Amino acid sequence: MGSIGSSFFDIGHLDALSSKQTPVHRVDSRVKVLTTLCFIVVVVSFHKYDPARLAPLVIYPMAIMVIGRIPFSYILKKVLIASPFVLFVALFNPILDRNPVMELGSFVISGGFLSFTSILVKYVLTVSAGLALIACTGFDAICSALSGMGVPTAFTIQLLFVYRYIFVLGEEAARMARARALRSFGDRGMGIGVYGSMLGQLLFRTMDRAQRIHLAMMCRGFDGKIRYNSPKGICWSDWIFLGGWCGLFVLLRSYDFPAWLGRELGRLI
Amino acid sequence: MHMADALISPAVGGTMWVAAAGLTVYSARKLKEEMDDRKTPLMGVLGALVFAAQMINFTIPGTGSSGHLGGAMLLAVLLGPYAAFITMASILTIQSLFFADGGLLALGCNMINMGFFPCFIAFPLIYKRVAGRGPDRKRILAASMAASVMGLLLGAVGVVTETFFSGISELSFKTFILLMLPIHLVIGVVEGFVTASVVGFVCRSHPEVLQMADESSKGNSISLKPVIITLAVIAALTGGFLSWFASTSPDGLEWSVARSSGNKELPAPAGKLHAFFSGLQEKTAFLPDYSFRKEKPEAPAANEAKKGNDEPWPGVSAGTSVSGLLGGVMSLVLVGLIGIGIRTFQKRKSK
Repeated sequence: MGSIGSSFFDIGHLDALSSKQTPVHRVDSRVKVLTTLCFIVVVVSFHKYDPARLAPLVIYPMAIMVIGRIPFSYILKKVLIASPFVLFVALFNPILDRNPVMELGSFVISGGFLSFTSILVKYVLTVSAGLALIACTGFDAICSALSGMGVPTAFTIQLLFVYRYIFVLGEEAARMARARALRSFGDRGMGIGVYGSMLGQLLFRTMDRAQRIHLAMMCRGFDGKIRYNSPKGICWSDWIFLGGWCGLFVLLRSYDFPAWLGRELGRLI
Repeated sequence: MHMADALISPAVGGTMWVAAAGLTVYSARKLKEEMDDRKTPLMGVLGALVFAAQMINFTIPGTGSSGHLGGAMLLAVLLGPYAAFITMASILTIQSLFFADGGLLALGCNMINMGFFPCFIAFPLIYKRVAGRGPDRKRILAASMAASVMGLLLGAVGVVTETFFSGISELSFKTFILLMLPIHLVIGVVEGFVTASVVGFVCRSHPEVLQMADESSKGNSISLKPVIITLAVIAALTGGFLSWFASTSPDGLEWSVARSSGNKELPAPAGKLHAFFSGLQEKTAFLPDYSFRKEKPEAPAANEAKKGNDEPWPGVSAGTSVSGLLGGVMSLVLVGLIGIGIRTFQKRKSK
């Protein structure tokens, strides 16, 4: 119970990071969303037997985190927490695919092991890029970016609403769960009977709240739209950000930089 | 069952994105037609409720584990399919952004698996049929049970299909589906119980809430079929285009790079689908053979086939593979150095 409770405040912390003032934070939110999507597509498009070629791409999430002053340990913790399903699926690769693909002296590396590694690397890269995006942009800015990019307003309004009320209802639910835990001994009262009516109670309270919110919104002239701070135009530094990163991704996608580096080093040695 | 970016290919992710985006736009348009702006805050708050409800667990008797609410079916019952889909989509987006639960490219897949199947398939086809019009409690319980189970199973099939077409995981379609279906059957039954008990509670104490949702979804439940067909066609076209693009240009690029640099690249494997069909072909081709000559000649043939399968993966000479790995490690070190460089620069500047 405590752990989930703290995870709710945790997402608040992620959003709080976005209020810093760094060069990355100042980049237009639309540009950051586009760049991150481009990064993810490039990462995912690499061949499954090519984990080494993914290595230079670490530079994007790392640069964002370093320049945006986002603590590494915090992002790493979140990446590790969310991994069970990926691990579960990826673990089958070394077991099922035993084709020898590579030799390192007397070691033979199977294709399954390579694809397992590349799934994990891709996972870490994509997830950390997404978390870095939210940590250096903030959720409101992302929603306004989405609506600026033509996403239906009904959807962006829902994003804002759900996010805003997660905290309110989360606290309410945590309070209810604590109260139930205090009144029940062992497993008595923790079953589905009580649970169903408890959730129902929460549901009704929520619906009443929705009605009050609606009235309050009507009082303030809500007409089905939420008005964002109109974003500043995309200036030249934003174009450089977008073009620079996307150019780098395409370059790393089309040239095998690690192999070149390895060959040159081998020649030196 | 949130899918991660690491397990899908760009073609599959892009296709599902297009399909999910189409559904979102369509649902948003339908909602606008309803013109009930009381629903806007209600949807948002119910979406937050689905999150909040995950903080309350219940113990499953006899197992020692605990379950909690999944959400999509409850949303569909309370809000109608369109509003429920949009709310579910926003929940999934927040999950992927803040909790790293499901990736950004995989968002389309997740919206289809966990939003489309429960809201647009299980809800109208199972829940509505079984629950009927009147507020009959037993029927509502049975309906939410059946619909939750069905929605989850369809979602699990979706996960397996998307993973299979991406060709990243080595799990075969059959094994993966045999792993996924039982697990999700259990989860579905638990979720069905939860949905049923909550809907039952609502039905007992405030039955008018259910009627309101029923009315709002009544008028436009018929027009879904053409939309799904159009979406399927669009998704198939984009999927075809993207996979054609993926199979020709980047590989072509790699091939030319490999030729110009003299580096022996690993040949691109034939796609999973291709492997599946060739496997099928092999099987069907073996059968007549088998009936003519009974035993021995088949074994060498199979061996040969195996050898043939092995051959596309020749032992890459140790030199190139070592240099590749070394290069990977070196570029990681390089990136790390750049990071440290930026940080020291920042520190010096702030002093």
